[in-house]
Amino acid sequence: MFHPSHFAAVVLFALFASVVFGITQRETPRRMVHYGIYCFVLFVGAAVVLSWLMFLIAR
Amino acid sequence: MAIEENKNAAAGQGWIYLPLIAGWLVPGAGHFLLRKWGRGALIAASIVGMYGLGIAMQGKLYAGAHDILEILGLVGDLGNGLLFIVSRLLGLGADQVQVTTADYGTRFIVVAGLLNVIAAVDAHNLRTGRKK
Repeated sequence: MFHPSHFAAVVLFALFASVVFGITQRETPRRMVHYGIYCFVLFVGAAVVLSWLMFLIAR
Repeated sequence: MAIEENKNAAAGQGWIYLPLIAGWLVPGAGHFLLRKWGRGALIAASIVGMYGLGIAMQGKLYAGAHDILEILGLVGDLGNGLLFIVSRLLGLGADQVQVTTADYGTRFIVVAGLLNVIAAVDAHNLRTGRKK
């Protein structure tokens, strides 16, 4: 069985989703790579920001 | 130039909905049929990887349709095509979510299905010429 940490789960989710988004939402390989990286950063960045926000609210 | 035209001609043959259906049943197959080997391999690796990790995390496979959330989960799971059907036949996946990672696993499986639908539609768009 596989029991990743919360952050590892976020990174894996972002990686797989970004690859598919990049390939399907853009037409040229260069733009696919750029869009994939953009999605990955947004996925992980949003998770980190929201996590800190919830941490501060809960204090 | 001539090679590219031959590739496009080969990709344009056959039943127009074949890449859509093949892509739904087997992740990446729609792109493979259109000779987009690299894109197909990346899509297959991503979707099968995400689905496999979901199963490994003891994620739940939706079977019934008792309420609206279960119906939505089942629709997402069905997007995985043969992966979902074979997993159900083999009895893979948990019936109940017991731990936090199993909840993540359930989401991984549903999202893998939704991503597979997006990829299958992308293969259809390539086949019809809407996308290059």
